[in-house]
Amino acid sequence: MIQFRDLTKSFNGRSVLDGFTLDVRDGETMVIIGFSGAGKSVALKHVVGLLPPDSGDVIVDGRAVSQLDRPGLTALRGDIGYVFQFAALFNSLTVAENVALGLVRRRLPEPEIATRVHDALRLVDLPDTGPRYPAELSGGMRKRVGIARAIALRPRYILYDEPTTGLDPVTSAVMDQLMVRTREQLGVTGIVVTHDMRSAYTVGDRIAMLYEGRVRQVGSVAGIQGSADPIVRQFIEGRPA
Amino acid sequence: MIDRIGRYAVDRVRAAGRLGHFLADLVRAVPDVATWRGPLVVQMRKIGVDSLPVALFIAAFTGVVLALQASYTFTGTVPLYIVGTVVAKTMMLELGPVLTGLALSGRVGASLAAELGTMRVTEQVDALETLAYDPQAYLVLPRVLAGTLMVPLVVALGIVVGIITGWLTSLSLIHLSTPEFVKGLKLLYHFKDTWFGLAKSASFGMTITLVGCRLGLDTWGGAEGVGRSTTRAVVFSSMLILALDAFWAVVLL
Repeated sequence: MIQFRDLTKSFNGRSVLDGFTLDVRDGETMVIIGFSGAGKSVALKHVVGLLPPDSGDVIVDGRAVSQLDRPGLTALRGDIGYVFQFAALFNSLTVAENVALGLVRRRLPEPEIATRVHDALRLVDLPDTGPRYPAELSGGMRKRVGIARAIALRPRYILYDEPTTGLDPVTSAVMDQLMVRTREQLGVTGIVVTHDMRSAYTVGDRIAMLYEGRVRQVGSVAGIQGSADPIVRQFIEGRPA
Repeated sequence: MIDRIGRYAVDRVRAAGRLGHFLADLVRAVPDVATWRGPLVVQMRKIGVDSLPVALFIAAFTGVVLALQASYTFTGTVPLYIVGTVVAKTMMLELGPVLTGLALSGRVGASLAAELGTMRVTEQVDALETLAYDPQAYLVLPRVLAGTLMVPLVVALGIVVGIITGWLTSLSLIHLSTPEFVKGLKLLYHFKDTWFGLAKSASFGMTITLVGCRLGLDTWGGAEGVGRSTTRAVVFSSMLILALDAFWAVVLL
């Protein structure tokens, strides 16, 4: 279980998170929606300790992330796969080497690494791309390799940062299918940060709206779709203020 | 005004604190040999072997100019075999290390700042951390070690090439014989000339790579930020090389 507890974070005096509190239950996919710059990605980075909170904390399976030392953080990160907005693949490594990177770090035997890389690339429908370099792939393919890199670690949690941003509608739908398939086949708990409402409705079990640094509303997909809150309605209907 | 000075002072103290953390993290990464051993070999090639053409090009022409200028200065005043002394001493003590260091601050320092800066703004450094890698062990330490080890080797080859071109220039343009040139070469040679130049070069290599890595990892603000870090890396490492050059002269000569 991932618990955001009264999280606050500001940059250069500008408050981004201001008492952000949210529980993500085991096995569910929680979608965090919000306007651009609302702090969705900032919240996500706190889960793996990429950013230290000003106050509050994120609790992952009882571990307060900001209190962990380096070995503790390394152990925590072993349980979490992170899919970055623009995939963050290493251009000097092949696709297979990118997917294997975390496994090499864990010093797994080479045959097991090869099997896991193959399985992960097959799960994202890119079984033959192993020898290619990221520069040879489209944006959508790179994002799928990013997912393969995350699931190859067999994590308990996967965090998706804007997985459909910059993709055409068809490729976005493919990404949505992939996230659903990942949850169904691997049983992982997911947090998806997005402002793509179609994607949110497809992949989410619950949706939380982040507004002015805190949760404005959290509920089921139907609950959010039927929300009477004017801010939530404005966002999900895409109306200008 | 006082407010501005105060803010500047606080910023400087914070920057010093961040640099202290950076260096402490670097030292802490040293035992993680399994992580930095592989990238070290790659970086030794990139920083050392790939820098040879530019370093040897500079050294070759420096040797020619040194021989001609020494001949111009000393003709009719002291024996011309002094040309060999000037070429060797100047290449070993000063121009070999410093000119190579300045050239590499452009080639290596800019390249490191741009590479790591791009990795920072495209979240590749964050990705490394989520994959349980320590960026200091995987990215910084191999580059700093490679710079510290390889720059003296590049400088040593540069010194040899500079002396050879100085000798060839003396033979062909100054009409100095080989025995005379070698006599000058040996005249005031001390072993300290060799190790001083190479130790200085190691400090330059460490400085160039530390500055490039530090500014690269500190990059923010997209492509503009990468450009800013790259420029700063070249300027800072060049200035530090000149300052270090003076420092070693004061301390060791």
